[in-house]
Amino acid sequence: MTRKRRRLMILALALLGLGTATALTLSAFRDNIVFFYSPSDLAAKPPGGRTVRIGGLVEAGSLKREGGMTVTFQVTDTAKSLPVTYTGILPDLFREGQGVVAEGKLGADGVFAATELLAKHDEKYMPPDVADALKRAGHPGKPGDAPIAAGEEHQTSTLRTNP
Amino acid sequence: MHRFANPARFLKIANAVLPWAAGLSAVCFAAGLYLGLFASPPDYQQGDTVRIMYIHVPAAWMSMFTYSTMAVAAAAALVWKHPLAEVYAKAAAPLGAGFTALCLLTGSLWGAPMWGTWWVWDARLTSVLVLFFLYLGYMALVDAFDDPARGNKAGNILLLVGAVNVPIIKFSVEWWNTLHQPASVFRLGGPTIAASMLWPLLLMAAAFQSYFFAVVILRIRAGLAARRVQTLRLGQAN
Repeated sequence: MTRKRRRLMILALALLGLGTATALTLSAFRDNIVFFYSPSDLAAKPPGGRTVRIGGLVEAGSLKREGGMTVTFQVTDTAKSLPVTYTGILPDLFREGQGVVAEGKLGADGVFAATELLAKHDEKYMPPDVADALKRAGHPGKPGDAPIAAGEEHQTSTLRTNP
Repeated sequence: MHRFANPARFLKIANAVLPWAAGLSAVCFAAGLYLGLFASPPDYQQGDTVRIMYIHVPAAWMSMFTYSTMAVAAAAALVWKHPLAEVYAKAAAPLGAGFTALCLLTGSLWGAPMWGTWWVWDARLTSVLVLFFLYLGYMALVDAFDDPARGNKAGNILLLVGAVNVPIIKFSVEWWNTLHQPASVFRLGGPTIAASMLWPLLLMAAAFQSYFFAVVILRIRAGLAARRVQTLRLGQAN
């Protein structure tokens, strides 16, 4: 019995030490583990000429097509927002009011020139009619309208809300 | 728990559970796949691509469930020398690796159209890939020794060291900015997934879970038989 107890103690101590070491390592490398910076992070720590990823919501009403495949929009974390320009094909889930992650460089003019654009999905899953009902009720916190790169599924659901 | 560590008693219970687990799995798979692939609504943002979730999410849950139970078994084997614990860990490992592979594969297939990329090195995706390598490493390690007892011991230590990865996977989407979305079901404040999509998901989770129990019982039975054969051979040789 005492031998089992001793083995249990050794095991518990070893796991405790390992857990602490892991927690310290992960918190020390916090800046390297995050996948993207928010516009506020970027304002606090300017990246210079480095290639970085920024992320946030595409500000509603900020999307403009500049002809060809170039688009400009604002990425916001609700505290700060950052103008972004991108040339290329937009991912399916790219919408105003939805999350986006852009990789590129911050120009001297304060415009973020993105070379790669990824759409970020949130944790909400619902059928189109539920989303419509929420939209009609003016539910706050409901994400994006204006599906610009969407299939017919989404377009019909937007049409239905504007009778 | 100690009462069930006796292999003979365990086999008696396991043999009674096996047909029920297998039957439940078949029924839940049929119902869950039908609901998930045909009878559930498309998502308001993702359209029909959301149906990948009905495979991806249960596979992800099972990959973490399997690893957690293996780590508990490893602790039981190291501390209390339970005869069944090591047999269980070895039996469950390929299943866990399979679930993890399925999770990574379906996630990649979903990411390509939705995110616009097959793979990124964010905290969630990377930690799940580490989990996959832990399974493969464990399976390679336990069989790498001439003396099975030494192999099992090394494998058990690897399982316990790797256990720190499980909370990292679960909370990666909260601790760091990730491309992967945060949890939709097991979160404070209740699920953020519509009921018409939650039911097929839970059915699929039950299907995966009972599939796991049925197959792991079969594999433990085979593992115990292999041990018996080995003991008999050693007895003959002496």
